[in-house]
Amino acid sequence: MQFESFSAFVDMGGYGFYVWLSFGVSLLALGILAFDAARQKKVLFNAVEKEQARKIRIKAAKTSATSQVKSSYSEAQASPRNEEMKQ
Amino acid sequence: MWKWLHPYAKTQNAYQLCERLLPWFVVSAFISFTLGMVWGLLFAPSDYQQGDSFRIIYIHVPSAILSMGAYSAMAISAFIGLVWQVRTAFMAMIALAPIGAVVTFIALFTGAAWGKPMWGTWWVWDARLTSELILLFLYLGVISLYASFEDKQQAGKAAGVMAIVGVVNLPIIHFSVEWWNTLHQGASITKFDKPSVAPDMLWPLLISILGLALVMAAIFIRRLQNEILRRELHRPWVQALVAEAKGK
Repeated sequence: MQFESFSAFVDMGGYGFYVWLSFGVSLLALGILAFDAARQKKVLFNAVEKEQARKIRIKAAKTSATSQVKSSYSEAQASPRNEEMKQ
Repeated sequence: MWKWLHPYAKTQNAYQLCERLLPWFVVSAFISFTLGMVWGLLFAPSDYQQGDSFRIIYIHVPSAILSMGAYSAMAISAFIGLVWQVRTAFMAMIALAPIGAVVTFIALFTGAAWGKPMWGTWWVWDARLTSELILLFLYLGVISLYASFEDKQQAGKAAGVMAIVGVVNLPIIHFSVEWWNTLHQGASITKFDKPSVAPDMLWPLLISILGLALVMAAIFIRRLQNEILRRELHRPWVQALVAEAKGK
């Protein structure tokens, strides 16, 4: 250890301002870069998830609409025809 | 080697390789960067002329060296992209550019904060400082040229050409301290004879360089993944990946 006390460490032999300015700004810049990279992945994943949820909703709406039409259709011409076919 | 390397040109394979490598890089980057900083700030002996202000070296020299290293890597990616028409190489290029720009900024900023107490000025228009500033502009040029094209394949080609042309600046930066009369001192470790730095100061410096390189590599891996995702958002493999991540 090169420094006798914590205040001597902070003071850096009188150059404290320049040393801590350098290290502070550098760490901040790298931190922002790393944070942004990590955040971007989440943003992209969320975008894909949202798109998928939308597709599922559209599909569900479509199938429920068609199944309604189908069921009313099959109800309308229900059993008589089947019986005819059996005969 | 080509047979082994070639599958990674496929974006999906590159993405999965990144996914596997990232944790190792994050852990080793954290350990070596912290070790380098703590050793440099607390345990390295102070300089007999510059006192403790010389400790700025432990961020200034790594960032200066790696600003050039990142540029070389970016230019090599651009070259691979242009010559062999590899889309993933352009993605690597543009993933590297902002990292290089930030590290160049750090080199310039810490240089200024070191110059003020030692030279008596934040900035001089001398060869080393000016050519490093041009490096920053080259990075910014590559980023903005890439951003200005809607078609990212075109963007990769245009920005790639700029990145390759800018390589001219690298030897200028390196030899600027020999070719011109300058305030900046000469090289102390990147030369062929024995480094002119005492081992007590050199070891933490080498570890700082390794540490910053690993930090940049870890950020690069994540940025490359993001770039691949952004370009292939609608591909089935990305869709499956997200669905799987959601299921967990």
